[in-house]
Amino acid sequence: MKHLYTWSAIALIVLASTAGDVLLSRAMKQIGDVGELRRRSGLLTVVGNILRHPSFLLGVLAMTVAFYSLLFALSWGDVSLVAPASASLTFVATAVAAQIFLHEHVDHRRWLAAVLVAAGVLLLAA
Amino acid sequence: MTFRKYLVLAGVTIFAAMGDSLLAYGMRQVGSLSWHHLPEVILAVFNPWVAVGILLLLGFFASYMAALSWADLTYVLPATSLGYVLLALIAKFWLHEIVSPTRWLGIVLISAGVGFVTQGPALTHRPSALVAEECLPAVASTRAEP
Repeated sequence: MKHLYTWSAIALIVLASTAGDVLLSRAMKQIGDVGELRRRSGLLTVVGNILRHPSFLLGVLAMTVAFYSLLFALSWGDVSLVAPASASLTFVATAVAAQIFLHEHVDHRRWLAAVLVAAGVLLLAA
Repeated sequence: MTFRKYLVLAGVTIFAAMGDSLLAYGMRQVGSLSWHHLPEVILAVFNPWVAVGILLLLGFFASYMAALSWADLTYVLPATSLGYVLLALIAKFWLHEIVSPTRWLGIVLISAGVGFVTQGPALTHRPSALVAEECLPAVASTRAEP
Protein backbone atom coordinates (compact mmCIF):
# COMPACT_ATOMS: atom_id res chain seq x y z
CA MET A 1 0.00 0.00 0.00
CA LYS A 2 2.81 2.37 0.91
CA HIS A 3 4.40 1.46 -2.43
CA LEU A 4 1.28 2.56 -4.30
CA TYR A 5 1.18 5.82 -2.32
CA THR A 6 4.83 6.51 -3.15
CA TRP A 7 4.40 5.93 -6.89
CA SER A 8 1.18 7.97 -7.03
CA ALA A 9 3.04 10.83 -5.35
CA ILE A 10 5.91 10.40 -7.85
CA ALA A 11 3.43 10.55 -10.77
CA LEU A 12 1.95 13.74 -9.32
CA ILE A 13 5.43 15.26 -8.89
CA VAL A 14 6.28 14.54 -12.55
CA LEU A 15 2.99 15.97 -13.87
CA ALA A 16 3.02 19.06 -11.68
CA SER A 17 6.69 19.92 -12.14
CA THR A 18 6.53 19.45 -15.92
CA ALA A 19 3.51 21.77 -16.10
CA GLY A 20 5.28 24.19 -13.77
CA ASP A 21 8.53 24.19 -15.78
CA VAL A 22 6.68 24.82 -19.04
CA LEU A 23 4.60 27.66 -17.56
CA LEU A 24 7.63 29.32 -15.91
CA SER A 25 9.71 29.02 -19.07
CA ARG A 26 6.84 30.51 -21.10
CA ALA A 27 6.53 33.43 -18.67
CA MET A 28 10.26 34.19 -18.68
CA LYS A 29 10.52 34.02 -22.48
CA GLN A 30 7.71 36.56 -22.79
CA ILE A 31 9.31 38.83 -20.21
CA GLY A 32 12.70 38.66 -21.94
CA ASP A 33 16.36 38.55 -20.88
CA VAL A 34 16.27 39.71 -17.24
CA GLY A 35 19.90 40.87 -17.34
CA GLU A 36 19.17 43.37 -20.14
CA LEU A 37 15.81 44.39 -18.66
CA ARG A 38 17.44 45.09 -15.31
CA ARG A 39 20.03 47.37 -16.89
CA ARG A 40 17.30 49.25 -18.76
CA SER A 41 14.51 49.57 -16.19
CA GLY A 42 15.88 48.47 -12.81
CA LEU A 43 15.58 45.32 -10.71
CA LEU A 44 12.26 46.24 -9.01
CA THR A 45 10.47 46.71 -12.33
CA VAL A 46 11.74 43.34 -13.55
CA VAL A 47 10.64 41.57 -10.36
CA GLY A 48 7.26 43.35 -10.57
CA ASN A 49 6.81 42.26 -14.19
CA ILE A 50 7.62 38.66 -13.28
CA LEU A 51 5.35 38.54 -10.22
CA ARG A 52 2.38 39.93 -12.18
CA HIS A 53 2.72 37.53 -15.12
CA PRO A 54 -0.23 35.07 -15.23
CA SER A 55 1.88 32.15 -16.56
CA PHE A 56 4.40 32.73 -13.78
CA LEU A 57 1.71 32.59 -11.08
CA LEU A 58 0.21 29.41 -12.55
CA GLY A 59 3.70 27.94 -12.79
CA VAL A 60 4.38 28.69 -9.13
CA LEU A 61 1.05 27.07 -8.21
CA ALA A 62 2.04 23.92 -10.14
CA MET A 63 5.48 23.95 -8.47
CA THR A 64 3.82 24.22 -5.04
CA VAL A 65 1.74 21.13 -5.83
CA ALA A 66 4.95 19.38 -6.91
CA PHE A 67 6.76 20.47 -3.75
CA TYR A 68 4.12 19.16 -1.36
CA SER A 69 3.84 15.93 -3.36
CA LEU A 70 7.61 15.62 -2.90
CA LEU A 71 7.30 16.10 0.87
CA PHE A 72 4.63 13.37 0.98
CA ALA A 73 6.63 11.06 -1.26
CA LEU A 74 9.79 11.58 0.82
CA SER A 75 7.90 10.73 3.99
CA TRP A 76 6.57 7.48 2.47
CA GLY A 77 9.46 6.25 0.34
CA ASP A 78 13.26 6.31 0.33
CA VAL A 79 14.87 9.49 -0.91
CA SER A 80 17.11 7.31 -3.10
CA LEU A 81 14.01 6.08 -4.97
CA VAL A 82 11.78 9.17 -4.95
CA ALA A 83 14.27 11.84 -6.01
CA PRO A 84 15.88 10.03 -8.98
CA ALA A 85 12.64 8.42 -10.20
CA SER A 86 10.72 11.69 -10.27
CA ALA A 87 13.69 13.64 -11.65
CA SER A 88 14.48 11.29 -14.52
CA LEU A 89 10.82 10.93 -15.54
CA THR A 90 10.51 14.72 -15.43
CA PHE A 91 13.48 15.13 -17.81
CA VAL A 92 11.79 13.05 -20.49
CA ALA A 93 8.31 14.54 -19.87
CA THR A 94 9.72 18.07 -20.10
CA ALA A 95 11.48 17.37 -23.41
CA VAL A 96 8.13 16.28 -24.90
CA ALA A 97 6.19 19.16 -23.34
CA ALA A 98 8.74 21.84 -24.36
CA GLN A 99 8.49 20.68 -27.96
CA ILE A 100 4.68 20.78 -27.96
CA PHE A 101 3.90 23.82 -25.83
CA LEU A 102 7.00 26.02 -26.14
CA HIS A 103 7.89 25.22 -29.78
CA GLU A 104 11.47 24.52 -28.72
CA HIS A 105 13.52 22.73 -31.32
CA VAL A 106 14.37 19.47 -29.53
CA ASP A 107 16.90 17.98 -31.96
CA HIS A 108 18.78 14.65 -31.70
CA ARG A 109 21.40 16.24 -29.49
CA ARG A 110 18.85 17.43 -26.93
CA TRP A 111 16.91 14.17 -26.96
CA LEU A 112 20.15 12.29 -26.42
CA ALA A 113 21.01 14.67 -23.57
CA ALA A 114 17.60 14.23 -21.93
CA VAL A 115 17.75 10.43 -22.21
CA LEU A 116 21.40 10.21 -21.04
CA VAL A 117 20.67 12.39 -18.02
CA ALA A 118 17.48 10.46 -17.19
CA ALA A 119 19.36 7.13 -17.44
CA GLY A 120 22.26 8.51 -15.40
CA VAL A 121 19.93 9.70 -12.65
CA LEU A 122 18.31 6.24 -12.51
CA LEU A 123 21.75 4.57 -12.23
CA LEU A 124 22.64 6.87 -9.34
CA ALA A 125 19.72 5.34 -7.46
CA ALA A 126 20.74 1.75 -8.21
CA MET B 1 26.73 32.54 -23.76
CA THR B 2 28.80 34.81 -21.54
CA PHE B 3 30.79 34.00 -18.39
CA ARG B 4 28.00 35.58 -16.29
CA LYS B 5 25.45 33.25 -17.85
CA TYR B 6 27.59 30.21 -17.04
CA LEU B 7 27.78 31.55 -13.45
CA VAL B 8 23.97 31.68 -13.29
CA LEU B 9 23.80 28.06 -14.54
CA ALA B 10 26.33 27.09 -11.85
CA GLY B 11 24.13 28.83 -9.26
CA VAL B 12 21.10 26.85 -10.41
CA THR B 13 23.12 23.62 -10.08
CA ILE B 14 24.66 24.25 -6.66
CA PHE B 15 21.62 25.78 -4.93
CA ALA B 16 19.39 22.93 -6.14
CA ALA B 17 21.76 20.18 -4.97
CA MET B 18 22.37 21.69 -1.53
CA GLY B 19 18.72 22.67 -1.03
CA ASP B 20 17.48 19.19 -1.89
CA SER B 21 19.94 17.43 0.40
CA LEU B 22 19.06 19.66 3.37
CA LEU B 23 15.35 19.13 2.66
CA ALA B 24 15.79 15.35 2.62
CA TYR B 25 17.79 15.46 5.87
CA GLY B 26 15.12 17.57 7.56
CA MET B 27 12.22 15.42 6.38
CA ARG B 28 13.93 12.38 7.84
CA GLN B 29 13.81 14.15 11.23
CA VAL B 30 10.16 15.15 10.78
CA GLY B 31 9.19 11.55 10.04
CA SER B 32 6.30 10.02 8.08
CA LEU B 33 3.57 12.43 7.11
CA SER B 34 -0.04 11.25 7.07
CA TRP B 35 -3.36 12.53 5.75
CA HIS B 36 -4.77 12.47 9.29
CA HIS B 37 -2.35 15.08 10.59
CA LEU B 38 -2.39 17.70 7.86
CA PRO B 39 -1.13 20.49 10.17
CA GLU B 40 2.12 18.53 10.53
CA VAL B 41 2.63 18.88 6.79
CA ILE B 42 2.55 22.66 7.12
CA LEU B 43 4.62 22.65 10.31
CA ALA B 44 7.29 20.58 8.53
CA VAL B 45 8.63 23.80 7.01
CA PHE B 46 9.59 25.04 10.51
CA ASN B 47 12.16 22.29 10.98
CA PRO B 48 15.48 24.22 10.77
CA TRP B 49 17.00 21.92 8.13
CA VAL B 50 13.88 22.12 6.00
CA ALA B 51 13.84 25.92 6.49
CA VAL B 52 17.46 26.40 5.36
CA GLY B 53 16.79 23.97 2.51
CA ILE B 54 13.86 26.13 1.42
CA LEU B 55 16.03 29.29 1.59
CA LEU B 56 18.60 27.65 -0.71
CA LEU B 57 15.81 26.52 -3.03
CA LEU B 58 14.64 30.16 -3.23
CA GLY B 59 18.16 31.06 -4.42
CA PHE B 60 17.84 28.22 -6.91
CA PHE B 61 14.49 29.59 -8.07
CA ALA B 62 15.82 33.10 -8.70
CA SER B 63 18.77 31.86 -10.76
CA TYR B 64 16.53 29.35 -12.55
CA MET B 65 14.13 32.14 -13.61
CA ALA B 66 17.07 34.23 -14.82
CA ALA B 67 18.38 31.31 -16.88
CA LEU B 68 14.96 30.58 -18.38
CA SER B 69 14.71 34.19 -19.55
CA TRP B 70 17.57 33.68 -22.01
CA ALA B 71 17.77 29.91 -22.63
CA ASP B 72 15.47 27.05 -23.66
CA LEU B 73 13.93 24.80 -21.03
CA THR B 74 15.42 21.77 -22.81
CA TYR B 75 18.84 23.46 -22.52
CA VAL B 76 18.66 24.61 -18.89
CA LEU B 77 17.40 21.31 -17.44
CA PRO B 78 20.17 19.01 -18.79
CA ALA B 79 22.84 21.71 -18.40
CA THR B 80 22.14 21.98 -14.67
CA SER B 81 21.85 18.24 -14.05
CA LEU B 82 25.48 18.19 -12.86
CA GLY B 83 23.79 18.79 -9.48
CA TYR B 84 23.18 15.03 -9.27
CA VAL B 85 26.88 14.43 -9.77
CA LEU B 86 27.53 17.01 -7.05
CA LEU B 87 25.16 15.14 -4.71
CA ALA B 88 27.00 11.87 -5.32
CA LEU B 89 30.36 13.56 -4.67
CA ILE B 90 29.04 15.12 -1.44
CA ALA B 91 27.87 11.65 -0.40
CA LYS B 92 31.32 10.20 -1.07
CA PHE B 93 33.67 12.83 0.32
CA TRP B 94 31.58 14.43 3.05
CA LEU B 95 29.23 11.70 4.24
CA HIS B 96 31.77 8.95 3.42
CA GLU B 97 29.24 6.81 1.59
CA ILE B 98 30.59 4.24 -0.85
CA VAL B 99 29.91 5.22 -4.47
CA SER B 100 29.36 1.96 -6.40
CA PRO B 101 30.54 1.37 -10.01
CA THR B 102 26.89 1.65 -11.15
CA ARG B 103 26.73 5.12 -9.63
CA TRP B 104 29.98 6.16 -11.28
CA LEU B 105 28.45 5.00 -14.58
CA GLY B 106 25.41 7.16 -13.81
CA ILE B 107 27.73 10.12 -13.22
CA VAL B 108 29.45 9.50 -16.56
CA LEU B 109 26.08 9.36 -18.40
CA ILE B 110 24.87 12.60 -16.83
CA SER B 111 28.13 14.36 -17.61
CA ALA B 112 27.91 13.14 -21.22
CA GLY B 113 24.35 14.51 -21.44
CA VAL B 114 25.49 17.87 -20.07
CA GLY B 115 28.36 17.94 -22.56
CA PHE B 116 26.03 17.20 -25.49
CA VAL B 117 23.46 19.86 -24.71
CA THR B 118 25.89 22.64 -23.79
CA GLN B 119 27.68 22.29 -27.14
CA GLY B 120 24.47 23.25 -28.94
CA PRO B 121 22.69 26.60 -29.04
CA ALA B 122 21.03 27.82 -25.82
CA LEU B 123 17.97 29.29 -27.53
CA THR B 124 16.22 27.65 -30.48
CA HIS B 125 12.54 28.48 -30.42
CA ARG B 126 10.73 31.48 -31.84
CA PRO B 127 9.76 33.83 -29.01
CA SER B 128 7.86 36.08 -31.45
CA ALA B 129 5.26 33.33 -32.03
CA LEU B 130 4.69 33.00 -28.29
CA VAL B 131 4.49 36.74 -27.74
CA ALA B 132 2.03 37.24 -30.60
CA GLU B 133 -0.28 34.65 -29.06
CA GLU B 134 -0.54 36.61 -25.85
CA CYS B 135 -0.85 40.09 -27.43
CA LEU B 136 1.34 41.85 -24.87
CA PRO B 137 2.49 45.03 -26.61
CA ALA B 138 4.90 46.13 -23.86
CA VAL B 139 6.60 42.75 -23.80
CA ALA B 140 6.65 42.50 -27.57
CA SER B 141 8.53 45.78 -27.91
CA THR B 142 11.20 44.84 -25.34
CA ARG B 143 11.54 41.45 -27.02
CA ALA B 144 12.02 42.90 -30.49
CA GLU B 145 14.77 45.31 -29.44
CA PRO B 146 17.77 42.96 -29.07
